[in-house]
Amino acid sequence: MNMLSQLKDHLLANSSEEYLSKLFEKVENSRLNAFTTLAKESALARAREFDRKPWGGLMAGVPIAIKECISTRGIESNCSSRILKGYVPPYDAHVIERLKAEGAVIMGKTNMDEFAMGTSTETSCFGPTRNPWDLNCVPGGSSGGSAACVAGGEAPCALGSDTGGSVRCPASFCGIVGLKPTYGLVSRFGLIAYANSLEQIGPLTTNVEDTALLMEVIAGHDWRDSTSAEKGSYLPGIKDGVKGLKIGIPKEYFGEGVDPQVEKSVWDAISTLEGLGASWREVSLPHTKYALAAYYVIAMSEASSNLARFDGLRYGLRVGEDKDWHTTFSEIRSQGFGPEVKRRILLGTYALSAGYYGRYYLKALKVRTLIKDDFLKAFKDVDIVAGPTMPIPAFRIGERINDPLSLYLADVFTVPINLAGVPAISVPCGFADRLPIGLQLIGKHFDEATVLRAAHAFEEATPFHEKRPEVV
Amino acid sequence: MITREDVEHISWLASIKIEDEEKDEFVEQFNSILDYFHQLDEVDTEDVEPTYRVVDLANVFREDKACKSLSQEEALKNAPRRENGYFKSPRIV
Amino acid sequence: MENDVIIGLEIHVQLNRLQSKMFCGCSTAYHSSEPNTHTCPVCLGLPGSLPVLNKKAVEYGIKVGLALNCQIEEETLFYRKNYYYPDLPKGFQISQYDYPLATKGRIMIRGDDGAERNIRINRAHMEEDPGRLVHAGTIDKAKYTMVDYNRCGMPLLEVVTEPDLHSPKEARAFLDKLKSILEYLDVFDGSLEGSMRVDANISLKGGDRSEVKNISGFKGVEKALSYEITRQKNLQRRNIKVVQETRHFDEIRNITVSIRSKVGAHDYRYFPECDLVPLRIASWVPAVKAQLPELPDAKRERFVKQYGMTDDHAKSLTSEIKVANFYEAVAAKAPPKLTAVWVADVLKGELNYRDQGIDRFSPEHMVEIVNMLSADKITEDGAVEIIRTLLDKGGSPQEIVKDRGLGKAEDEAVVKAVKEAVAEAPAAVADYKAGGQKALNYIVGLVMKKTRGKADPGEVHRLVKAEVDKL
Repeated sequence: MNMLSQLKDHLLANSSEEYLSKLFEKVENSRLNAFTTLAKESALARAREFDRKPWGGLMAGVPIAIKECISTRGIESNCSSRILKGYVPPYDAHVIERLKAEGAVIMGKTNMDEFAMGTSTETSCFGPTRNPWDLNCVPGGSSGGSAACVAGGEAPCALGSDTGGSVRCPASFCGIVGLKPTYGLVSRFGLIAYANSLEQIGPLTTNVEDTALLMEVIAGHDWRDSTSAEKGSYLPGIKDGVKGLKIGIPKEYFGEGVDPQVEKSVWDAISTLEGLGASWREVSLPHTKYALAAYYVIAMSEASSNLARFDGLRYGLRVGEDKDWHTTFSEIRSQGFGPEVKRRILLGTYALSAGYYGRYYLKALKVRTLIKDDFLKAFKDVDIVAGPTMPIPAFRIGERINDPLSLYLADVFTVPINLAGVPAISVPCGFADRLPIGLQLIGKHFDEATVLRAAHAFEEATPFHEKRPEVV
Repeated sequence: MITREDVEHISWLASIKIEDEEKDEFVEQFNSILDYFHQLDEVDTEDVEPTYRVVDLANVFREDKACKSLSQEEALKNAPRRENGYFKSPRIV
Repeated sequence: MENDVIIGLEIHVQLNRLQSKMFCGCSTAYHSSEPNTHTCPVCLGLPGSLPVLNKKAVEYGIKVGLALNCQIEEETLFYRKNYYYPDLPKGFQISQYDYPLATKGRIMIRGDDGAERNIRINRAHMEEDPGRLVHAGTIDKAKYTMVDYNRCGMPLLEVVTEPDLHSPKEARAFLDKLKSILEYLDVFDGSLEGSMRVDANISLKGGDRSEVKNISGFKGVEKALSYEITRQKNLQRRNIKVVQETRHFDEIRNITVSIRSKVGAHDYRYFPECDLVPLRIASWVPAVKAQLPELPDAKRERFVKQYGMTDDHAKSLTSEIKVANFYEAVAAKAPPKLTAVWVADVLKGELNYRDQGIDRFSPEHMVEIVNMLSADKITEDGAVEIIRTLLDKGGSPQEIVKDRGLGKAEDEAVVKAVKEAVAEAPAAVADYKAGGQKALNYIVGLVMKKTRGKADPGEVHRLVKAEVDKL
């Protein structure tokens, strides 16, 4: 069942409850550890209702998996962190309201790196999620659970969030499609914040058309998010092909640090696009090498503030006898946060503190301007920019987790996109041995339509999206 | 160069207790990460405006209208400790 | 000597005339509600919530800025002020830092030396209120604390003065004036609990300053500052350095208490609030300015010119907008100068004594009373009695005059009675002429008897004296 549209037909002709039950069974027997919570009761009840009297909507009857950090009323939302275990939001995120309004069925919450801080879903308090293509490998992060369950056939589609690559990286590692929309396009109301000037909620699907469908559902203005923008159009024109499309290939996106198989697959992909009528030229994004440092300074600084609310008073972890408030808060936060989260909060606090603000935070924001300008300049001559999503295929679980810096370096091609706020999609474009490789297509602000169109054309012309991992 | 004292001060500011054993490890990790961040010093940012937000919006408001609030029960639902409709907090001093 | 005392104030004003909070739609009418019944994901700071700015709050902010003679910033931004405290659900307060709404203003007060003087306003900026802590006992002895977030997210305007004040009395005068202006603008209701909270910074010349935080009530401010001056002077006398620290005012013991905070710990790590976008409001200013009501200083000038009253009366009548409006309602139907005396000197006094506001008194009743006085139908004592009776028991002036027989006797009858009495008491007259002032009282008593107590004793005394002096 590839397309969501096909699934919708199937569900109307058959039993939605049966389809969903099979999915839940698969999850329960799975070794992926992709899900943290299964909303079995509510989802099956909804499926039964749909069977009895089907409703309409773009997502009529379709089950969807939701990343832990997206608030779901009545369903625990804990960001895969001990400090938020047991927290049940009294409200739905905007995107959940939209999904429900279009008839979707929320099937459960998926595993992630704790508070979205990671590239491998290894920092979760629920243990790592496994890559369906190789159970000893990471699925990518931080939306590893969402990507793994879609790639592993445990959910037809999912939502993740992308702060520095957290939708695109797992899409790349798991061989599926993942989009980070333009900043502001999808409301962040209900998204538990990590770095609020960088992050967006994005879809994870098995094919490009499904991504466009999900964008039709979740994108668009929400008065509750002051940074929210108006919706564009995503499905219409998606099959228009790439004749005349100008692609920019940044010279900084290849060479040292990039796995040779990754490089080869991506160049093959460019040739494919050429064959379909596109042309490419070299562009330069000269500040690329500073993007990681700028990203981490900004993300950590914002995180140190966004995570300050976790103190055990209104929700979450509270253990032992209360002492004075500062001691108690400090102990709760020490016990509740994992080491990576602690590291980032502490470093972020440092970067914002008196005497260092100018050197780190303010400096990073200026470098951010230069990185954004790099893209704006390139987009004067080309329509999209292409390159690898990740410099490497999925690595083994445990391989990098003890060397934080090495993990950070894997985000080299994904973070510039968040800094600039432009949209980018990852589509499967090959394999390194058995592990998927992702092609990243980057567009101008609010030009998701062109990105989706190019991705769709590429997908149609290649077999990669049809491949599925062997039964897990 | 971050010192042990710096780590202690940051831990106080961030309200996260760090055990003595952890302190040295943090010092080491922080220094290597900050070293990496110092690359930014190379970039010439004279006359460059900082980008605080990538949206081009201004003047986004809501009208001054009162709406329904959460009930007391809903507000306290996730509270680990509560008393008589209040959230129970550790003492101030 | 008092120029050795340097005081600066930071006043947090709740814009509680707004219907909804600063960044969410929760109702601002929380003052008599059960705890935690006026919250939502936004003001509770639940994970995933986002702020959206109340448009009217900005208008009110501009109004206040203009009324304080400030410059309004063309583009103003919100910042996060990061610190941890149980009353702060997000672990930061959305406030302003660089590019605040309004800067460089001034308010005029009468200083301790009797001269009018401008107190400079450094800035006025917008922010949100934190929640309210309820201690089981006193702040330093309580075993735990309870938190009510109803107040959290209320729209606040923080007004910061330069350290231009030199005494607790001047601080009090400043606060009174500020409150008056805010009530004129109708942006806040000062009678509600917590509507205005003051942080005071005070130092003695050459010394470090201490900060006394969160003082409620203007009397509290005066007391806290007085205590601080004494405390600091004592330390100075003993050559002990004043520690720069934060203190809390204990209203029961009337002392300030140190809240053991680490020196130099106020690192708020301000950075722009990225969940909100900039405000470009320069174009709003002319419209807001045009809609500003007549403010206290201007009204005071007009009252003197228009109603011919003294400046002191004008000051007294314009310190509260409600009193000013009351006055004008009465002065439209009764002699203005006389009304000024009776409202400013008498009515206000009676109300203060009873701790009541002017809403307790009907302007119509005042019109009646002043007109009766003016037509000489009642005596001054009588008028005072009517006012007191109305306040304590109710009724109407006409009724009270009738019930208590306060109608003044005819003038002719009094004059006749005076002449008769003087003629009937030659011995008393002689006594008086010999230097016995008290002898006149005997004659006055005779007159009162003749007029059955209806005459105004003061008036009688005057007439008797005049009559006797003629002899």
